[in-house]
Amino acid sequence: MAEQLRLAKAVLSVQFARRVEELSGQSPYRCYQCGKCGAGCPFADSMDLLPNQVLRLVQLGDEKVLEAGAPWSCASCLACEVRCPRGVDIAKVMEAVRLLALRKGRSPVALGKVPGERLPQIAVVGISRKMTP
Amino acid sequence: MNSILYYPGCGVADQARSMETAARGALGALGWEMEEMERWNCCGTVYSLATDDLMRHVGPARILARVQDAGHEHLLTLCSMCYSTLKRSERFLTEERDRLDRVNAFLDDEPDYTGGVRVVHLLELVRDEIGYEAVEEAVQRPLSGLKVSPYYGCTLTRPRAVGVDDPERPRVLEDLLLALGAEPVSSPQGVECCGAYLTASAPEVARRRAGAIARAAARGGADLMVTSCPLCQYNLDTRQGEAPGASAHAVPSLYFTQLLALALGADPAVDEQVIDPRPVLAARGLAVEVKA
Ligand code: SF4
Ligand code: SF4
Repeated sequence: MAEQLRLAKAVLSVQFARRVEELSGQSPYRCYQCGKCGAGCPFADSMDLLPNQVLRLVQLGDEKVLEAGAPWSCASCLACEVRCPRGVDIAKVMEAVRLLALRKGRSPVALGKVPGERLPQIAVVGISRKMTP
Repeated sequence: MNSILYYPGCGVADQARSMETAARGALGALGWEMEEMERWNCCGTVYSLATDDLMRHVGPARILARVQDAGHEHLLTLCSMCYSTLKRSERFLTEERDRLDRVNAFLDDEPDYTGGVRVVHLLELVRDEIGYEAVEEAVQRPLSGLKVSPYYGCTLTRPRAVGVDDPERPRVLEDLLLALGAEPVSSPQGVECCGAYLTASAPEVARRRAGAIARAAARGGADLMVTSCPLCQYNLDTRQGEAPGASAHAVPSLYFTQLLALALGADPAVDEQVIDPRPVLAARGLAVEVKA
């Protein structure tokens, strides 16, 4: 398990939760924190927050979630989407958090630094679409 | 000969050529021909999950508009990522008139897309149109004794509304393998992501995932794995092969089209791979040559 993200002095904003809701088309308040999404996420071991914890911060309107590493470890694999008992498409929430961070100028991947080995184009296009502004 | 319009996509047109060569040969043996689109562009590979990201549907819309303009109703894909991205975009755009109008206005150099193109994956064509009975009858070299672990990955079956089969308990690959005379070995990792494009930003994550998938297949006794996506194949072959200590227990991986071609007596187009599938094939009496 990666190091836990520490959250101190949270600033909570309903607007932030609304913004994520608007971008993802998913109501974060449907989630009842059962943890099934995190339990089955194949990338949970490299995340600083579990997918349900990302959702929890969104529910609380805590913008600190924009600093989390978890959304960048999410590959939009949709395992959580088909398993959520509340019908929340968590991958869309992850995407909304990524987009909000990207639109604030965060850019976790420098395409120039992606190793120039013979990577399939799908990987390069995928990464540039998900992780660059 | 039946014919179907075909969209290769970037992966298949380059790194995954063998997937296509094998598919052409196999379909030929089944009386079908793939007619490549005259002009095509990248589908965008990953479907945009945001509500306001209309721009990212322009690629798929351009492809769909050309399919429609050429008078076709169906579009065949081999790559499951292209399949999913095109099919999801088609749904997203036609769900709300306003989205389609805005994308059409942007694409003023193409005829308008009005909706209705059906994106079809080759596995669906074989299952629903050709049928496994016809496949069984066409088999020339049964894959008897070959134990194969189907690797579905994500985009072939998820989300549920778009996938070709049940996302949690798919069987389309198992059924195909049975028709070819092989022995399917279902794996608990068969529907869990290989790391996808994280292979570019976090190769060690893809190595771990590929290793876990291969180990689960090996525990079931599989000789090899089959995939339907060039990115899965890259991770299962290259990334699995790079992991420390991988070579002793490595499980090779092939495209389902290659096994189909092999069984139907067509060219399986086996390339040089990091994890060579030839020894396990030869051990089951299915020797194949690699083209220089
Ligand atoms: S599976 Fe659904 S309801 Fe359960 S914690 Fe995850 S998002 Fe919330
Ligand atoms: S979509 Fe993202 S959060 Fe959900 S299971 Fe896959 S990687 Fe994990």
